[in-house]
Amino acid sequence: MRYEPLNLGRWIVWGAMALVFIVVPLAFSGGFALTMLIQMGTLIIFALSYNMLLGQGGMLSFGHAVYSGLGAYLAVHTLNLIGKGAFPFPVTLLPLIGGFAGLLFGVLFGYVTTRRAGTTFALISLGIGEMVFACVLMFPGFFGGEAGVSTNRVVGQPFLGITYGPAIQVYYLVATWCFLSIVAMFALTQTPLGRMANAVRDNPERAEFVGYDTQKVRFLQLVLASFFAGVSGALSCINFEIVSSENVSALRSAGVLMATYIGGVPFFLGPILGAIVFIFFAVALSGFTKAWLLYLGLFFVTVVLYAPGGIVSILLMQIPVLRAGRLRELLWPYALAAGAALIAMVGLIGIVEMVYRLSEQGASTVLNVFGMSFDARTTAPWIGFALILAAGIVALRFASRLVGARWGAIQQDLLARQP
Amino acid sequence: MSANAIELRDVHKSFGKTKIINGVSLAIGKGERHAIIGPNGAGKSTLYNLISGRYEVSSGNILLNGEDITGLRPFEINRKGLSRSFQVTNIFHNMSVYENVRCAVLWAAGYRYSFWHRVGGLRDVQQRAEEVMEKIGLARRRNVLAGTLTYAEQRALEIGITIAGGANVILLDEPTAGMSRSETARAIELVRSVTEGRTLIMVEHDMGVVFGLADRISVLVYGEIIASGTQEEIQANTAVQEAYLGAAHKELADA
Repeated sequence: MRYEPLNLGRWIVWGAMALVFIVVPLAFSGGFALTMLIQMGTLIIFALSYNMLLGQGGMLSFGHAVYSGLGAYLAVHTLNLIGKGAFPFPVTLLPLIGGFAGLLFGVLFGYVTTRRAGTTFALISLGIGEMVFACVLMFPGFFGGEAGVSTNRVVGQPFLGITYGPAIQVYYLVATWCFLSIVAMFALTQTPLGRMANAVRDNPERAEFVGYDTQKVRFLQLVLASFFAGVSGALSCINFEIVSSENVSALRSAGVLMATYIGGVPFFLGPILGAIVFIFFAVALSGFTKAWLLYLGLFFVTVVLYAPGGIVSILLMQIPVLRAGRLRELLWPYALAAGAALIAMVGLIGIVEMVYRLSEQGASTVLNVFGMSFDARTTAPWIGFALILAAGIVALRFASRLVGARWGAIQQDLLARQP
Repeated sequence: MSANAIELRDVHKSFGKTKIINGVSLAIGKGERHAIIGPNGAGKSTLYNLISGRYEVSSGNILLNGEDITGLRPFEINRKGLSRSFQVTNIFHNMSVYENVRCAVLWAAGYRYSFWHRVGGLRDVQQRAEEVMEKIGLARRRNVLAGTLTYAEQRALEIGITIAGGANVILLDEPTAGMSRSETARAIELVRSVTEGRTLIMVEHDMGVVFGLADRISVLVYGEIIASGTQEEIQANTAVQEAYLGAAHKELADA
């Protein structure tokens, strides 16, 4: 392998990423956009941390929120102590408190969970998640019970005018930590431990016979991942100024699993993209409809079924076709498939929204979409949306067959050209 | 330094009520190339799994370079200088040839569980991995995914992974199984060169390979060693002829 002391390509990629972090709030400066960006940054760290387990270490965890949540609790109490003047500590470094809290609990729980891999690991992680959630409700003195622990992030003396009062300052705090965490977690994939985590994931037996204790590899990988989970927990504590049992809940653990999977487990970039998409669903879409969780679920199932490598895998599959200059042949089929999917979605959304209107007591049964209104108590819109859905599905089948045929032909040509 | 490389003292292994290994005692000197032969189901692979720590012995002791390694885990035994290959190819299929070899070098090179070294910058690891790839003839295939190698190449990589850590006792489980005649000839040369100056223990069915490589041979039948000696001694041994060759004849007749 060539020795490259100065890897220019890598510097350009990291530089561009830093630039995006700096510039993005200038392009989307609205209060709502900023809220979303802050949550995206937080979830990116959390999802990348999760993928250190699932993607790199082959550990399917159902309880990763334990580490971010407990990190958040420690952070919120620290913040409150700083607020009371117990000791001076910069809020900027609060994520370190969260990180080390996460790491500590990683050592504690990881010792138990990582003794086994596979299904056993998954089940124990689920059990520990439930256990921690129960404990949080059992000790309201520390965890604040149902209501949680609230705080005020504007504490101590302003440093260079930074108080973390305005959201834009919180954004840059999150962006800085997010950038550093991405760099650190990428660097970890390039270390002996990172590589052996892959080895243990792929073939634990062989890893044992080249001198590695697979249990210890899993344990260390989980402890490091817990640190970043804790960092993300502390950032969410600073952002929302409240930490409650929801932070350690199974719902949160499932959320990060979905975000990571949607983006693409086999790729380092996957969780980053997945976190962005997930926040779109959870924050943007939830403002429009109460059915957002259902849509997210449907989207997740679609990805699991048809693109198990996530969004990133779909994007990466296009690269060889693009290089061969043949992406143009696929543009029409793609557009057709997108159009068909859109039609099917219109039908589906119409039906789902009408169901929600009917099920909600006291709510108006009139649905206002596409500049028209439909009353869910009449039959006509049901038939209409059902027909649209059916037409969309038929069109989608046709379009996907077309895409499949073209795609197959191109792949065959590309294979034939290889030496 | 006078201790044997491997010493088995009255080793037993049973699965439930089935006795697979029935009091095996065996001493293999340092630098010796030793072959274990025997009919199918004699317990050769089980014996390997016991020595390498994959299975726990039911009773008896196993010594590596004079040190008791009975009951140690596979990675502990590996760190003490014993490395093994597998009958069914056992490599990292989703990694490149280079990465496969590198994984096998890391522990021995002292990087252990390090998460502060950049693996691409470890010159000593790189150099060692290059040497191994050169030795096993896969230097040109370094960036190929191990899962897409040809069968013979995978077998060579299997040997590469086994020797990469620099272990002084090498266990090879049927290194030429399923190979063509020319591939076998190359594999014998490979095994001979990579085990230069080390202790080799091999399980093998192909008598050509055994007689071509081994200094001494042990015959395992029904979980017991019925004879141990040089090629000539084994060939002249009537018990072996009866038990092993008789069984082999029977196998032929059954086929």
